[in-house]
Amino acid sequence: MIAWITRAIVLACLIGGLWLFDQSRAHRPRRIDIAREQGILLIANGTEPATLDPHLATGVPEHHIFDALFEGLVATTPEDPDANGPGAATHWETQDFVTWTFHLRKEGKWSDGTPLTAHDFVYSYHRILSPKLAAEYASMLFPMLNAEEFNKGQVTDFDKVGVVAIDDHTLRITLKGPAPYLPSMLKHYSWHPVPRHVIERFGRMDEPDTKWTRVGNLVGNGSFKLKEWRYTHSITVERNPHYWDAATVKLNEIVFIPIVSDATEERAFRDGQLHVTNTVPLPMVPVYRDRHPELFHEYPLLSTYFYRVNVTRKPFQDKRVRQALALAIDKETLIRNILRAGQKPATGFTPPGSGAGYEAPDLLRFDPEKARRLLAEAGYPAGKGFPRFDILINTMESHTVIAQAIQEMWKKNLGIPAGVLNQDWNVYLDNQRKLDYDVCRAGWVGDYLDPYTFLSIWQTGDGNNDTGWGNARYDELMQASLREKDTAKRMRILTEAETLLLDELPMLPIYWYVRNYLSRPEVRGLRSSLLEHRCYKAVYFADPATVSTP
Amino acid sequence: MIRFLLSRTVQGIFVVLGVLCITFLLLRLAPGGPFQSERAVEPHIRARQEAHYGYDKPWFIQLARHIAGFATFNFPPSPKLKGMGVEEVIAQGFPISTAIAIPALLIALLIGVPLGTIAALRPNQLEDRGAMLLATLFICTPSMVLGPLLGMLFGLRLRWFNASGWYSADDWVLPAMTLGIIYSAYIARLTRGGLRETLAQDFIRTARAKGASLASVVFRHALKLACLPVLNYLGPTTAGLLTGSIVVETVFQIPGLGQHFVGAAVNRNYELAMACAAFYALLIVGFNLLVDLIQAILNPRIGFRS
Amino acid sequence: MSAGAPSSPWVSAWRRLVRHRATVAAILFVVFLVALCVCGPWFSSYGQNDQDLNLKATSPSPAHWFGTDPLGRDLATRILYGGRISLLVGILATAVASVIGVIYGMIAGLAGKRTDSALMRFVDVLYAFPFITFVIILVVVFGREFWLIFVAIGAVEWLTMARVVRGQVLALKNLEFVTAARAYGAGFWHILFRHMLPNVLGIVIIYASLTVPGVMLLEAMLSFLGLGIQPPDASWGVLIREGADNLAVYPWMLIGPGLFFSATLLALNIIGDALRDALDPKSIQD
Repeated sequence: MIAWITRAIVLACLIGGLWLFDQSRAHRPRRIDIAREQGILLIANGTEPATLDPHLATGVPEHHIFDALFEGLVATTPEDPDANGPGAATHWETQDFVTWTFHLRKEGKWSDGTPLTAHDFVYSYHRILSPKLAAEYASMLFPMLNAEEFNKGQVTDFDKVGVVAIDDHTLRITLKGPAPYLPSMLKHYSWHPVPRHVIERFGRMDEPDTKWTRVGNLVGNGSFKLKEWRYTHSITVERNPHYWDAATVKLNEIVFIPIVSDATEERAFRDGQLHVTNTVPLPMVPVYRDRHPELFHEYPLLSTYFYRVNVTRKPFQDKRVRQALALAIDKETLIRNILRAGQKPATGFTPPGSGAGYEAPDLLRFDPEKARRLLAEAGYPAGKGFPRFDILINTMESHTVIAQAIQEMWKKNLGIPAGVLNQDWNVYLDNQRKLDYDVCRAGWVGDYLDPYTFLSIWQTGDGNNDTGWGNARYDELMQASLREKDTAKRMRILTEAETLLLDELPMLPIYWYVRNYLSRPEVRGLRSSLLEHRCYKAVYFADPATVSTP
Repeated sequence: MIRFLLSRTVQGIFVVLGVLCITFLLLRLAPGGPFQSERAVEPHIRARQEAHYGYDKPWFIQLARHIAGFATFNFPPSPKLKGMGVEEVIAQGFPISTAIAIPALLIALLIGVPLGTIAALRPNQLEDRGAMLLATLFICTPSMVLGPLLGMLFGLRLRWFNASGWYSADDWVLPAMTLGIIYSAYIARLTRGGLRETLAQDFIRTARAKGASLASVVFRHALKLACLPVLNYLGPTTAGLLTGSIVVETVFQIPGLGQHFVGAAVNRNYELAMACAAFYALLIVGFNLLVDLIQAILNPRIGFRS
Repeated sequence: MSAGAPSSPWVSAWRRLVRHRATVAAILFVVFLVALCVCGPWFSSYGQNDQDLNLKATSPSPAHWFGTDPLGRDLATRILYGGRISLLVGILATAVASVIGVIYGMIAGLAGKRTDSALMRFVDVLYAFPFITFVIILVVVFGREFWLIFVAIGAVEWLTMARVVRGQVLALKNLEFVTAARAYGAGFWHILFRHMLPNVLGIVIIYASLTVPGVMLLEAMLSFLGLGIQPPDASWGVLIREGADNLAVYPWMLIGPGLFFSATLLALNIIGDALRDALDPKSIQD
């Protein structure tokens, strides 16, 4: 009897204690609300950055952080991150698109107060092109006169390279050939300035991997400066009072949070831990699009998802076979039923918006009839006799799903037997490079707003071609576009080149990427960008009273 | 005693050395390397990168240089980790893993020992049956199931804690509870078993016959002896808590050493993977040594085995 | 354990085993589960990967006893296929570990003092290695090939088996039948396989039955971390991962596989404990 009374008392105490605890905990303020009151933006950023040195980085997560820490000659504008607005330079001019003169603003400073001059830019280009630094994106600077030769060690005197500081605030850049798209290129972080006075304290200019990027040392000229770096936890940046446009900057801090799993990220967002996510898990895209449109954002990117075709192997040497493969893919259905994230079916290779005044040939449509006819012409009527081949992909659920769908389409529409071969990322890259595949999945991201960034990789022997395809006429057109001064003529040359490419089809374009992300409604000013540029000084928090928070 | 310590230290060094070598060799066997990227890199640039990190030398020279580096605490730089050294990563990650492991251990003891004791003192009644049922249940619930369940219940539904992340001061609670609850089940069973066996022994019955109360008998005599199997279990457990928290760190998004290690292995970050593996080995060797020492002190009959 | 009349120790062990209802229930459950996982998929009207994108995720219903996942795949079928893989990995890895461990332990136990000492020192050193790290690296290195996963797991689990077998062999070494065998000139290997092996079988069975759940847990952990079985293939670890990711919106995705997994572990643990009691009444541990 006593035993039962004891048990009852213990139970009552437990329940009472729990209820009290619940009362004290369930009404805590959410992390995003605390952060908003302090003017701190919590934004998820994909994978942990490999480095914070703009000359050594190659990834998108790093790109997003550099948009806060550094600023190039040309910068984003608050209204449109893809526009070419004044950055470290106030204005620039050119007569022939070969020689450009940039006028730097006199009040430009680094985040430690040191003045920013044209000599800093010369130093920076010298650094990234230094052979010993082994910077992967040094190739971004190759349009500059003698840059490639200097990087390869063929030219040893940097004075011969096409950049010179006329005075402290005037910079002249000389290119190999006319490039109207130079301002767009200059927004890329490989062209950003780096602080000589800090780098030289920690090592030589061309010594990769010194301590200059550690917290407390790193100095930049962007709207924010580095405050804290906790490995795989967060990178915090705070407002830079020396930034020339500091008056426009509204946020106090930005915290970049690396979350690799999209499911975990979405959960954190729902739990009130993030203001903005990096992506949206595929199954949740329709859910958010339909039920919470105020949280869901979607915008197109300058990237293409495509399949490479190994033209050195039978039967893919015959371009009719390749055309048949391309025309037999029903991209609309693929995107609508399987991907369902708003991607755009690719009717060509270069995505829309690739360049002002560029008319992309809008050629590829789903046409199973024509596909069958072409296949028959090539000697495989109704797919008879077509050898079995594999679609090579790297291991990822989305690639598998797409490959399986396309495999089905080829079987149904053409009667040919395709398999799906799934490999580890590194093995897959290796095989792609060695041309040890039949058809393989690939993606290409544009670096600047000009079709050349997409079309140049298909030249014979280009390091990113990887299909064995080469065409003398195509190479001729590409080289001609590099010499053409007239913008309209140049665009026509490029259109002709892409038309040729879409006739030869060493690759099968599938869709153009779209970026999906979630954002709290009180975050304003974060705009879409084809090139994934961000203008953080435009971002601010709306007054919570005016926002109906879900 | 000194000989024991010395031999164990030497053994430990061998273990760590072996771990470094095996980790290095295995990762080298893996296809791909740290320099793979979808976008082709100019070959002359790639050659310079490899030269800087010493990847152009034959593998045994690389291994020797890495080992020399580790021995002198002059850790080799990693191409995947420019701007931060492996020692910084471990220095940041280890306190976080510890901040979860120690409360987990305490929770496991604080729940397990009393539960096991009560079960042993009221054999075959409600407390015993209930406690053992609970214990068995938790042993068979892996942390990858319990963790998300706790996260959803106490995080998303009840909103007592954050469902994931490492930002608030109390973010250690849910991960520690997940691990602690599961390990407490083992400890409860061990305590119950050990206590029942001890209580059935003659000298206890003698003491009771002489008039000692149950409480004093339990606390003064039985518990001390019953602790031995628990202690025996704790050695590998603590090491396991530190390393085996990988799942919990993944579920609750905690930037601990476990996550760093898995990430390093998957991303072919050789230097970080080697450093983490060697660190774990050091911890395990240290813990085994500690447990053996404590056991030898508590139970002189075991003595020091070489 | 005596090596006298051949059948009675096993028969009496079996009787001890089935004395408790819990053990019988556990054995029946495991048998039922294995049968279900092997044959069940043949009776299901869904394939392992049949997607139905219009259906998306639905909670359990008469058409789908355990519901569907966001791609419209029937979870009951996936759980059964997953069970195949998880059980297969469990059994095969345990088999690999047992074979290595038994041979190693028997050699160590029967060989001379120096060999024994060297072999066991190696085991001691390996024991100090952080296993999880090795399994992870092995799985990363060998590109997640299915058959390599259980080789990797088996390669780290053999140590306990080796130690235990060696202990048993040491105890048996000096018994009469071994001396007799030596007397009429039986060789080392002959003694090993003809005389030792049958007598260590009991202990091997006990430890194997305790290793299987441990191995399954390890496989589930690897798959959960994305290192073991890769989607769209399913093992229980993969299903639990998918369930954990979607727990807040589709709780049945975790509950189904979680229940199966926990129940299997429970049953295997009960059987293991009971085997230990049955085959060696003097508890070895605890």
